[in-house]
Amino acid sequence: MSGSSEMRTPLKRVYGLGSAREGAHEWWSMRLTSVALIPLTLWFVIGVIGHAGADYESFTTWVASPVVSILLILTLAVTFHHVATGVKVVIEDYIHVEWVKIVCLVALKFGCLILAVAGIFSVLRIAFGG
Amino acid sequence: MSIVNRPLSPHLQVYKPQITSILSISHRATGLALSVGTLLLVWWLVAAASGEAAYLSVAGFVGSWFGLLLLFGWSVSLFYHLANGIRHLFWDMGYGFEIQTAYRSGYAVLIATVALTLIAWIAGLASWGMS
Repeated sequence: MSGSSEMRTPLKRVYGLGSAREGAHEWWSMRLTSVALIPLTLWFVIGVIGHAGADYESFTTWVASPVVSILLILTLAVTFHHVATGVKVVIEDYIHVEWVKIVCLVALKFGCLILAVAGIFSVLRIAFGG
Repeated sequence: MSIVNRPLSPHLQVYKPQITSILSISHRATGLALSVGTLLLVWWLVAAASGEAAYLSVAGFVGSWFGLLLLFGWSVSLFYHLANGIRHLFWDMGYGFEIQTAYRSGYAVLIATVALTLIAWIAGLASWGMS
């Protein structure tokens, strides 16, 4: 024992490694999005089943109804938040080459944001009859 | 850097696979598969927003044997990840850590996955046939 209550070595402090004080935030957001996705996913699956083989007209009419539009946008937003947080943990666990890890993390964040915006914009466009 | 001869923890391959460990890694695997599956979801919505021709080309792909195979894989993954995710939420609340309970909830997840997949496909194919 060094007699100090500081658990981090001076070198780690210089590198900025150790707790970033964000761990609990990600843990909690994962649980919140999980709970939200239980009803949203079940609703979505039932909606897709009901529109299996649907023609363009009946599909877009379904998407354009207000409750469906709102629930689809919520499903997309929460899903991509969940994907971004979940896949981040997998990347951090398995990719140990620093630059590859950072490239993957940036690609994940950008990819999730692009897909979420594309999906939400499409729903809005169908809803407002673009 | 000097190499310290520390004892190593046993490697993954020396452990006998158990339902608990298999289900644990399957949660990650299905999560990753579903993340890739969101590409189809967004492609489908963007196509529907682009017009009838684009929508029909996606519908044609989804209705092909390869599309249906992908959809089947994603439906199994989705129901597994959903059921096992609920199992995880119970653990997060502090329930179900006893070995026997963990095994039982694991089997329940597998049964729920098969049941939900069957129900969804029977309903989906019936709905498809009617449209």
